[in-house]
Amino acid sequence: MRLSIRHETVYRYDPPPSQLTLRLRLFAPDHAMQRIEAWSVRVNGAEVSPLLTNSFGDREALWRAPEPPERVEVSVEGTVETEDRAGMLGRWPPHRPAVFLRYSPLTEPEGGIPGFAEKVAEASDGLLPMLHNLNEAVADAVEYRPGATDSSVTAAEALERGAGVCQDHAHLFAAACRTLEIPARYVVGYLHDPDSPLGDTHAWAEAWVEGLGWVGFDPTHRQSPTDAYVRLGSGLDAFDAAPIRGHMHGESAESLAADVAVGAEQ
Amino acid sequence: MFDEMTGDGTGLRAPYNDIAAWIEASGLDTLRRHTAEAEAVFRRIGITFAVYGEGGDPERLIPFDLIPRVFAAAEWRRLERGIRQRALALNAFLQDIYHRGEILRAGIVPERLVYRNPAFEPAMVGVDPPGRVYSHVVGIDIVRTGEQEFQVLEDNCRTPSGVSYMLENRECMMRTCPELFRSGNVEPVDVYPEELRRTLEEVAPPACTGDPVIALLTPGPFNSAYYEHSFLADLMGIELVEPQDLFVDEGLCWMRTTQGPQRVDVLYRRIDDAFLDPLSFSPDSLLGVPGLFNAYRAGGVTLCSAPGTGIADDKEVYVYVPEMIRFYLGQEPILENVPTWRCSHDEERAYVLERLSELVVKEVHGSGGYGMLIGPHSTAEERAEFAEKIKLDPERYIAQPTLELSSSPSLAEAGIAGRHVDFRPYCLIGRTIRLVPGGLTRVALREGSLVVNSSQGGGVKDTWVLAD
Amino acid sequence: MLSRTAESLFWMARYIERAEATARLVEMGRRMAMLPGAYGQEEWRSVVAAAGAGAAFYPGERIGEAEVCRSLILEENNPSSIRACLDRARNNARAVRTALTAEMWEGLNDGWRWLGGVEAGTIQPDLPATLERIRSLSALFRGAAQTTMLRGERYDFLSAGAFIERADMTLRLLDVKYFVLLPETGLVLDSRDRYRWISLLQATSAVRAFHYVYRGDFSPSKIAHFMILNRDFPCSLAFCYSGLRAALGRLADRYGARHDCHATVEKAVGQLRDREMDDIFDEGLHEFLLEAIHLNGRLSGELSRAYHF
Repeated sequence: MRLSIRHETVYRYDPPPSQLTLRLRLFAPDHAMQRIEAWSVRVNGAEVSPLLTNSFGDREALWRAPEPPERVEVSVEGTVETEDRAGMLGRWPPHRPAVFLRYSPLTEPEGGIPGFAEKVAEASDGLLPMLHNLNEAVADAVEYRPGATDSSVTAAEALERGAGVCQDHAHLFAAACRTLEIPARYVVGYLHDPDSPLGDTHAWAEAWVEGLGWVGFDPTHRQSPTDAYVRLGSGLDAFDAAPIRGHMHGESAESLAADVAVGAEQ
Repeated sequence: MFDEMTGDGTGLRAPYNDIAAWIEASGLDTLRRHTAEAEAVFRRIGITFAVYGEGGDPERLIPFDLIPRVFAAAEWRRLERGIRQRALALNAFLQDIYHRGEILRAGIVPERLVYRNPAFEPAMVGVDPPGRVYSHVVGIDIVRTGEQEFQVLEDNCRTPSGVSYMLENRECMMRTCPELFRSGNVEPVDVYPEELRRTLEEVAPPACTGDPVIALLTPGPFNSAYYEHSFLADLMGIELVEPQDLFVDEGLCWMRTTQGPQRVDVLYRRIDDAFLDPLSFSPDSLLGVPGLFNAYRAGGVTLCSAPGTGIADDKEVYVYVPEMIRFYLGQEPILENVPTWRCSHDEERAYVLERLSELVVKEVHGSGGYGMLIGPHSTAEERAEFAEKIKLDPERYIAQPTLELSSSPSLAEAGIAGRHVDFRPYCLIGRTIRLVPGGLTRVALREGSLVVNSSQGGGVKDTWVLAD
Repeated sequence: MLSRTAESLFWMARYIERAEATARLVEMGRRMAMLPGAYGQEEWRSVVAAAGAGAAFYPGERIGEAEVCRSLILEENNPSSIRACLDRARNNARAVRTALTAEMWEGLNDGWRWLGGVEAGTIQPDLPATLERIRSLSALFRGAAQTTMLRGERYDFLSAGAFIERADMTLRLLDVKYFVLLPETGLVLDSRDRYRWISLLQATSAVRAFHYVYRGDFSPSKIAHFMILNRDFPCSLAFCYSGLRAALGRLADRYGARHDCHATVEKAVGQLRDREMDDIFDEGLHEFLLEAIHLNGRLSGELSRAYHF
């Protein structure tokens, strides 16, 4: 499928901070499931190019405000040709997957997580079926309810609340995999859903299956990523994988508005 | 117990001939007078050491013991080979675990121990530091238990401190007791700043085309090692910068000067990973240079040591260093480890809990002599408390036998008496390995004490390596 | 040179001068309060106001020598106290230890340690000696800088800080005078007023120098002239600004660049050269002082912008 992406984030500052630096991971890569035809990232209208490719295979750029900013607009536009491969990404990037056995602040194996994971594992036969079962189990355990959680909620807390959003689903999936000694990572991207446009980025997870490579799972939609998905980047958890992170000097209030539009093209 | 001067307590070991004669000729009063002079010198130049969490005078002086600790040339040759070997293996380990992970795949070091270790830095995976060097200064803590028995107590790969004492102790000895050096038999250590500078120049980043600009990055004057930071920057003729002096733009690192921004190529950073870059590491940190890690990864600036180096001096990873030497270098370790029991392993924990009164228990991620239990010197109550802590959080603790550290003659209240010592040499790794003949000898000045940490009442001594 | 180093040197010099200035203010208050027929608390109140420490007291709170000693000398929480100034001077010095000579550091460090040991209970009986010691501390520091420091950019920033702060001190001392004696009297002084004016000179250790220059003509006009326009008296505004102009000029030569602060100081020096004391009195001394204090603040801001701190 050919998808067009428009992703805009506007930050406002009051008063303008004396210094502001943004780290941008907004460059969708080419891989087995997607081919980038056009892509541009702009800050306040000026094109930004990536500085490096990080450990997760994602490109990163830095942007430093030339003077104290009142308003910063980050915009992404792109066209991507996607392919439905049942969520199978393969070995990408080529680094060792075992690094993703590591826990992170938002995916600590606390509370009910080890028990939850064990239960799914015991009821399943074989790794791939188990992961599909886990995908369902996560969706069952944490009801999708926008606004039920915020970005600081951990996987264990979301499980305890029994409600959350895609971020919580992906956290819980990744944390459960790691307690079962299966490398798993948190993924950020865009989803084309003409029936209910999200207006924001989407999140899912990927688990490592020896012989297949990385396989994607989206508990929120009880499926593996299809050609409606554009993968932006990954990390250990939502904080680690954040597409935009900023740091400012000075006391300043920041407010943020984001909009994402994903459309199908001919 | 082994004594550095007398061996078994009756004879006189050859390296100490001059020292023994000097002690004899000077007499206690003269030695005490020299000690007072030396302390006055230290106080005046401001070498002080702040101890976290202890209150009292934040600018306390580390006690200086006047009587040097001596290594014969042959002893040093062996130590030197062992230190170089270890420093190489530790860097090879870091290169490996941040790339292919051969030692993990070979099943020699457990994958979990590395990848789930807080000191492991995932963002370093696949990064190639200039010269493939991660730890540019390796401080190796060595203890001696016999004529031939040297053992490594721990490695310090991040930013080992104390080298200023090596330099100042010698300087002070040469000022107060010049007669001791007339024979010209003691190897000089004052080349260290120059050697460190060269080491840092050798790891300039790809973006640097001319002479590299080097700076020492310090957390600031309230850091306990600030004196050392300013001392080394001064001797190397480089700027001493704080995070707020730096910024990152266009993938390069710049310092703010009175004439506008100036490029920095190599940062000898004496600041923890967590405080380097709030965009990549601890986001709550008010310190740090936003984007510094990105500039490093993009080859715009070199950080010495590399982020994520701490995994190599983790106290549990330590157990595997002899294996690393065999695996990467195909050699037998020249310096042995101290036997270590990991409380994370059921059998080893059971062993430790049974023998708490004989062992030293340490926190895996602790340092500076805090959070330790010294079995033979502990009360039943302290042991019970520690047993609980171990059972509650076994992964936090390791245990080692209580070593009979060698003693070295020191100036005590009653006269010359043996006090326990350890030794930390500083190995420099750039494109080549450099090791200045000497290091820091720490001495437990309290009678019978085995804790040499300056935070726990330890002092320092000048350390001699004799020429052939 | 790092901008932070320049900043620290600049402010270290300012805080040391400020500690001295506060000591001189307290000394002046002490002398004025001992005069026969003194207004009691008024003298001390004006000293507190000139030191910028009015906020340290409640409205209507009694202000006497004891309160001033506590607040202006020892109180760490009062940012204009001598202790706070020395703390900050020393913190700046610590941050740039390697940019200082051993003599400078030791002079400052010894003084700081000494004041750290001075307690509220014992300070009053020894007040003259304590003030004396504070003045000599800053004299020692200046002397050490003059005789041991390389005449490089570090020295220039140090001098710039010292001159700006000393100019400020002189303006504030004159302003105390204004607070105590309202309205500005003209030519004839009663003896109490006369002593008040002389106490200004005593506070700046300048009685003899004044005699030497003006032959004992203690008129307000002459004293104000001495402190504002005289180009030879090291505390005068004219002297401070020509020193500042020299320091900034050396920096401009060194770096090959002139900035706003250079134009501003040049203009200020020119104006002081062309002014007559009578004009200043005609326009109002207080207005002149306010304007000069404002200009001094502007110079400091322009200087820090020019050198990126």
